[in-house]
Order: sequence, then C-alpha cells, then structure tokens
Amino acid sequence: MGGIITKGTSIKPRSGNKPPRVCETPSGMLNSIGLQNPGVEYFAENDLPFLKKFDTAIIVNACGSTVEDYIEVCKILDTLDIDGVELNLSCPNVKEGCMAFGSSYEGVKEVTSKVRKVLNKPLIVKLTPNVSNIAEIAKGAEDGGADGVSLINTLLGMKIDIEKRKPVLANNTGGLSGPAIRPVAVRMVYEVAQAVNIPILGMGGIVNGEDAIEFMLAGASAISIGAGNFQDPYTSINTIKQIEEYMEKHNIENISDIVGKVTMN
Amino acid sequence: MPEVVKAKLIEKEYLKPDIVRFKVEAKSIVETAKPGNFLEIRVSETTVPFLRRPISIYNLNKDEGTLEFIFQIKGEGTKLLSNKEEGDLIDIIGPLGMGTFKFSSYNKIAVVGGGIGVFPLYELSKEAKEEEREVNIYLGFRSKDYVVLEKEFKGVSDKLVLTTDDGSYGIKGFAINELEKDLEKEKIDCIYACGPLPMLRAVKKLAIEKDIPCQISLEERMGCGIGVCLGCAVKTARSSDENPEYWHVCKGGPVFRAKDVDI
Ligand SMILES: Cc1cc2nc3c(=O)[nH]c(=O)nc-3n(C[C@H](O)[C@H](O)[C@H](O)COP(=O)(O)OP(=O)(O)OC[C@H]3O[C@@H](n4cnc5c(N)ncnc54)[C@H](O)[C@@H]3O)c2cc1C
Ligand SMILES: Cc1cc2nc3c(=O)[nH]c(=O)nc-3n(C[C@H](O)[C@H](O)[C@H](O)COP(=O)(O)O)c2cc1C
Ligand code: FES
Repeated sequence: MGGIITKGTSIKPRSGNKPPRVCETPSGMLNSIGLQNPGVEYFAENDLPFLKKFDTAIIVNACGSTVEDYIEVCKILDTLDIDGVELNLSCPNVKEGCMAFGSSYEGVKEVTSKVRKVLNKPLIVKLTPNVSNIAEIAKGAEDGGADGVSLINTLLGMKIDIEKRKPVLANNTGGLSGPAIRPVAVRMVYEVAQAVNIPILGMGGIVNGEDAIEFMLAGASAISIGAGNFQDPYTSINTIKQIEEYMEKHNIENISDIVGKVTMN
Repeated sequence: MPEVVKAKLIEKEYLKPDIVRFKVEAKSIVETAKPGNFLEIRVSETTVPFLRRPISIYNLNKDEGTLEFIFQIKGEGTKLLSNKEEGDLIDIIGPLGMGTFKFSSYNKIAVVGGGIGVFPLYELSKEAKEEEREVNIYLGFRSKDYVVLEKEFKGVSDKLVLTTDDGSYGIKGFAINELEKDLEKEKIDCIYACGPLPMLRAVKKLAIEKDIPCQISLEERMGCGIGVCLGCAVKTARSSDENPEYWHVCKGGPVFRAKDVDI
C-alpha cells in the first residue's frame, strides 16, 4: 500500500454535525460528519506518531472555512514529518468554505496557488463531483500549481424516513459514497485525465481490484479506498492482490502501463 | 484488540418468529471480550446491503471459545443474517467498543432492560453473579408475546422482575417503576441499563435523583463500528450550543456513564 490519507484536519478543532450522521443507501452510504477533527496541533502530537509507525506514506487531508484557514493549516503541515497534503476543496457537509471554493475554476486556482506558496511538500487538490464541469475545475488546480488532483469526493444526497417524513440525517443532506457512485467517479476521472497533465488519484466506490483497474484505465495513476474499508477492513490489501493478479493474467509489467489506456468507442 | 474472524455458526435457534439466537465459534474474540462489547457482522457477500450490522454479545462461553448473540429480524440486513444455517461461516469483527460494563466495587447491582435491549445484559449479569455480587434484574416488554429469556435471566439473578406494558405477563407497567419502588427499601450500588431511549432517559433521571452510579448502553447508526468514520456520534453532557462536543458510540461506548452523555 502506498499511503494512508487522514481524515480532514483543520487549524482549529471542529466538533462536527449532529447525529444521525450516517445512513445506509443502496450499495453505499450517506455521511454528514461535518469534518469533526481535533485540530492540526493535536494531530501532530497524538495521531502522527502512531501513523509514523507504519512503513507507508502519510498524506494529510486539509480543510478550512476561509482561504486563510487553508494557508495556516498548510504552513503547519509543511513543518511536520508527513509525505504530502491533500487539500479538501470538496466537503459537502459544512456550511462555509470547502466545496464553495471547489466549485469554480477561479476558486480552486486561488486557494491552490496561495497554499502552494507556503507548502513545499507534494500538494494534491481534492475535487468535488457536485459541479457541472469537473475538467475545468481540475485545470484550476493544475494552473494553481498542484502536483496532482484527487477525485471524487462524495456526491450530495438525501434520504427521507417516510414514516417521520423527515430526512434521516440530522444535517438533512449528506455525501454519498460507496459502489453506488463508482460510474460517476470513473466518468469524471476520464474527463479530468483528458484535461490535465498532472497525475490523478482516483476514488469513489472501489471495493476490489477490478474497480481499481477501471479507474486506472480511465486515467488514475493511483487509487484510494474510503467506504470500502467499512465493509471489510481487508479491502485495501485484497485490492492490491487482485491488481497483481490482473497484471499477471494480462502480462503487465508495470501498472503505470495501463493508466489512461481505455479506448473510447 | 478487535479481530476479523470467519466464525462458524454452530447453533441457530428461533426464540420468536422474528428473534434469532446464533452461537458461533470465535475463540479469538471470546478471549478478550467483556460484557457490553458488540460485534460488526457482515450480512452480505456483495455490496448490498453495504454496511455491517452492529449486534451485541449476549453470552460468552470462555471454556468452549464460542459466543452467542441474539437479534431481531428488522430489515434487509438482519433478514439476510437469519438465512445463515448451521455450518455456515459468518464474517464478524469484534469485540468492539472500549466502553464496557464495569463493576468497580459495586456489590449490589440493578440491571434494567427493555425489549431487544435486554440481550447485552445477560453476560453482564452472569459475570456479576460469578463474582458473587447481588444482582436484581428488571426487564420490561411490550406484552406477553414479546417476553424472551425469562429462564436465562432468572439463572443469573437474585431477583428477577418482569413487566409488560399491557399487563399480559408479569407486572403491568414499566420495569423502571419497579426498580424505583425497590429503591425505597433497598440500597443499590450501581444501575446498568440497555433499551429504548425513553427508558434510558428515565433510568438516567432516576439514577441522578437517587445519586446512584449508572451505566447505559447506547445505539447509534454506524458506518464502520471501529472508530474511524466518526459517524456514531453522541452528545456529551458538558456539550453546549457554543461548544458542541461529541463522543462515538462504537469507540468510547457503547456503554457510557449515564451522567456523561446527553440522551
Ligand atoms: C451497539 C449496538 C448493539 C446492538 N445490539 C443489538 C442486538 O444485540 N440485537 C438486536 O436485535 N439489535 C441490536 N442492535 C440494533 C441492530 O443493529 C439493528 O436492528 C440492525 O442494524 C438493523 O439492520 P436491518 O438491515 O435489519 O434493518 P434496516 O432498518 O433495514 O437497517 C438500515 C440501516 O440502519 C441501521 N440501523 C437500523 N436500526 C438500527 C439501530 N437500532 N441501531 C443502529 N443502527 C441501526 C442498520 O445497521 C443499517 O445500516 C444494536 C445496535 C447497536 C448500535
Ligand atoms: C464517513 C466518511 C468521511 C469522510 N471524510 C472525508 C474527509 O474528512 N475529507 C475528505 O476529503 N473526504 C472525506 N470523505 C470522502 C472520501 O474520502 C471519498 O472521497 C469518498 O467517500 C468516495 O470514495 P469511497 O466511495 O471509496 O468512500 C469521507 C467519506 C466518508 C464515507
Ligand atoms: S461507526 Fe464509525 S466511528 Fe463509530
């Protein structure tokens, strides 16, 4: 496994949203966690030493409400013993910031370029699928100086309890993840791959090697797994094994040989 | 440490048409499990339904390395689980939850359960009896048709009080009211409870009024069950609108001190 990406980390602690925060949906789940996290200082002191025990890259997902928040948290992250930052411009569950910045070319380019000035470590910008043209927005990240983009974050959704006639989530809406969103994610990875030259970290509903190969053929240089870990904590390990099996079966020497190799009809 | 095991189903029994008891071989879970711990059970080989189901441990058989859990068939997930047959393997993560029932120096305890919330209280009561504590159990059910495990709870208690809402079996009324009456004449060192929220609220209120330590087991919708998704939030008692604070049922719980959580 290449690395572990943390949950969203902000400059100050965040308490998150009211429960219920999760609910199951067909082949997936909605969440409205609301970026609960203990803040970057607590992370540096308590969580990072634990994560450093593993022989794998540690990438911190950074979030904020204002451009200044992103700059401040990245200034601190730059001083830590981590391997990179994933800038979360895509959380659908908080009122301010995040997805608001991530929804336009200009917004993404602005935050990315400002963070770039204070961050020397590798910078990945995480994109929201809740937009009409994700390729253009990915370009904003590239033009702002990102080393890579990751996609997709969750799709905004809602589930209604028909007895109570109210949404199940206290936050009313939440982000959809899991296999239900995979086709949307694959399509978006493909579109972004056509638009930018920086590498893509693909995600959205991956639960096995076949899913991972799909993302790579669409143009992702690497993949990551979120909700799939909830179903089976061994999902990542099994996915790696299944990718290797695919490589053997198809005589692929280097997995990067298949990146973007889908041929359209 | 939680383990992921493929546990063999060795005994399946319907207690009611919609209540099933499973006994499974799960030595590595049994070795470290404590009363109050729960399991996350995968109910499908596919991604539908997507999430595991949280189910409490009902009984640990340490000598044979088996454990039992009892569940109500409620929706799609528990229905699928109930289709498993003896000999099948079940994918289980456990034991889960760092917040378990604690005995401290409590010598005389009261155990209060309602409906399907009674299941995790059996192992607790059993261990309390094994340690020669005095155990009074108060269980409430909707009506006679819903009463389960009377004999089992009788075997691990000094006193068992059963109530039904409609009086069709045992005493008419709520279990908590019977405890309240007994508290007039007896001293109880700690109250342990699991059941529907209104019952837990009443237990908490009573415990605070009488100044008796109280431990309650909570339910919340879960994503992962292992403390990583932060989905299963419960508000802490010291939380305020300005400074909201949440703990997580699967990690800090499912058992909490009643006075510590806002339910
Ligand atoms: C810590 C804990 C211990 C539990 N122990 C037991 C037990 O010993 N015996 C038992 O019968 N039930 C227990 N439950 C409740 C049990 O998890 C639900 O009844 C079950 O998940 C329902 O799944 P379903 O697919 O049949 O129903 P559905 O209603 O179709 O489930 C839909 C989704 O909602 C979730 N959900 C539904 N009800 C609950 C609930 N009450 N709590 C949490 N999530 C829920 C499901 O997990 C699933 O993700 C426990 C719950 C928790 C949180
Ligand atoms: C419970 C939960 C919490 C999440 N928290 C974050 C977060 O803090 N930051 C972030 O960038 N994405 C977060 N995500 C989104 C995932 O990282 C991922 O982009 C999305 O869920 C799609 O991938 P998946 O289907 O493999 O989960 C979260 C997803 C879930 C299910
Ligand atoms: S269910 Fe994921 S943190 Fe509790």
